[in-house]
Amino acid sequence: MAAIPVMGVVAIFVFLLLRLSPGDPAAILAGDTATIETIAAIRADLGLDRPIPEQFITWFGQLVQGDLGRSVLSKQPVTTLIAQRVEPTLSLALCTLIFAIIVAVPMGILAAWKQGSWLDRGIMALSVAGFSVPVFVLGYVLIFVFSMKLDLLPVQGFASLSEGLPAFAARITLPTIGLSFIYIALFARITRAAMLDVLGEDYIRTAHAKGLKDHVVLVKHALRNAAIPIVSVIGIGFALLIGGVVITETVFNIPGIGRLVVDAVLARDYPIIQGVILLFSGIYVLINLAIDIAYVLLDPRIRY
Amino acid sequence: MRNLFGHSAFRNPSVLIGGSILLLLLAVSILAPLLTQYDPQAIAPRFRLKFPSDEFLMGTDMLGRDVWTRVVHGGRVSLLVSAVVAIIAISIGLAIGLTAGYIRWLDGPVMRTMDGLMAIPGILLAIALVSLSGASLLTVIIAIVIPEIPRVARLVRGVVLSIREEPYVEAAVGLGTPTVKILIKHILPNTIAPLIVQGTYICASAILVESILSFLGAGLPPEIPTWGNIIAEGRAVFQRAPWIILFPGGFLAVTILAVNILGDGLRDTLDPRMKKRLGA
Repeated sequence: MAAIPVMGVVAIFVFLLLRLSPGDPAAILAGDTATIETIAAIRADLGLDRPIPEQFITWFGQLVQGDLGRSVLSKQPVTTLIAQRVEPTLSLALCTLIFAIIVAVPMGILAAWKQGSWLDRGIMALSVAGFSVPVFVLGYVLIFVFSMKLDLLPVQGFASLSEGLPAFAARITLPTIGLSFIYIALFARITRAAMLDVLGEDYIRTAHAKGLKDHVVLVKHALRNAAIPIVSVIGIGFALLIGGVVITETVFNIPGIGRLVVDAVLARDYPIIQGVILLFSGIYVLINLAIDIAYVLLDPRIRY
Repeated sequence: MRNLFGHSAFRNPSVLIGGSILLLLLAVSILAPLLTQYDPQAIAPRFRLKFPSDEFLMGTDMLGRDVWTRVVHGGRVSLLVSAVVAIIAISIGLAIGLTAGYIRWLDGPVMRTMDGLMAIPGILLAIALVSLSGASLLTVIIAIVIPEIPRVARLVRGVVLSIREEPYVEAAVGLGTPTVKILIKHILPNTIAPLIVQGTYICASAILVESILSFLGAGLPPEIPTWGNIIAEGRAVFQRAPWIILFPGGFLAVTILAVNILGDGLRDTLDPRMKKRLGA
């Protein structure tokens, strides 16, 4: 139940970010050409002219009711703006997570099974590379090879699932591959480490000795016991995923929450930035909570 | 610690490979003005979007600036930012970790604050910090440092918690040694090896985050070429002039790869416990 204080800290931090940052946020939001009246209007609009504790109570009260404020530029509620952008971001995040798990877990199992072999070294080298190639560089390389040179897939954009699976798949494939690279690296490495830990246990030797097939031992005996660290890393991976989504959406011109926040940064539309940070932090905390619950389900020995 | 520089770390292949590539990149960045005949800012519309050739090694961008010149100058910013970020993040994280690990009643509140900070996606936090305080070298560094601090603090706190139970620390406490002296003489030395390793990874992450900030338009202004903002400027013309993105992107990837390889080598030789935990 550590989730509530953590969310409290996040809220206080995001609140203070606007109030304590150097310079006058109202003046920065207003831009270089603003008049004193415009700045004063923005300040009043954001409630910056009132005492800080009072501001916090008002702000927090609205937050608890799900009110993230209004965009400075379009005057629409931030929640509406975010809701309009959920689908592309969610599609990209889920496709990436699923693709990464499907590719990485077998890779990690293979590497652990054949520890020290060339296969193992190759997979580990690939994983170091995966950590090092920035998402946006990889994204452009993929566009260069698959869209420009081979002309196989569309360069950029997004199509909703409601526009049909082929259109959706054609546009989500490259962003998914680009974004999943780092997760494949991360998950493969952790799967291998967790499997190596388990494969040294006596019951694995027993399972081999009683004549079980390798794949039965690997999956039924080893993988089940290695699942805890793997699941927890998928949770950590989610924090990385958020950063990656923002960048990938920019590279592939996908109209998701990431684009929303990048456009908001360029326009200095602070309520949107604040809302998206709160949303993503909240999701992060919830996912970690879900993982704690998954521990209990995966391993009956763990009790809270 | 005495034998750190005669350490087996200097015979580890990963350390040697990663370190050499990094030294080479460092040399290229420092010698940047000698390696090119052009000015990174010199606009020459006549030579817009030229394909890479003998004259322009990596081609030119949409303002006719030489990409190679901008890439080698951009390396300076990336490497400088990463080193400064690592030093600041480690200093602050070390102070917080020591405090939380040793002064028990502070542990709860401090670590919950760190958890909260960690829950905020680092990239978004950095973007917000830069966009609010205006982009400059200082704000970019601060924005990259803040999300790194909790990781260092957690690491140091973990080391402190395990070391404070050691008999020699209990003996020192029993003899009435002042807390500050215990922290500095007994606990601090044990944090050095993991911090060197962590520092290397922070460098890699700082290079990456700096380039991401620049790429998203929330980093250093285009007058200061960085790998990230060269790539950002190439976005609009990527299909006509992919070299503007592919070359700095390659440099970026190789640099981060070299730092990561160096970090893995240092981890294997300096910090065997961490090696086991990560299973690499």
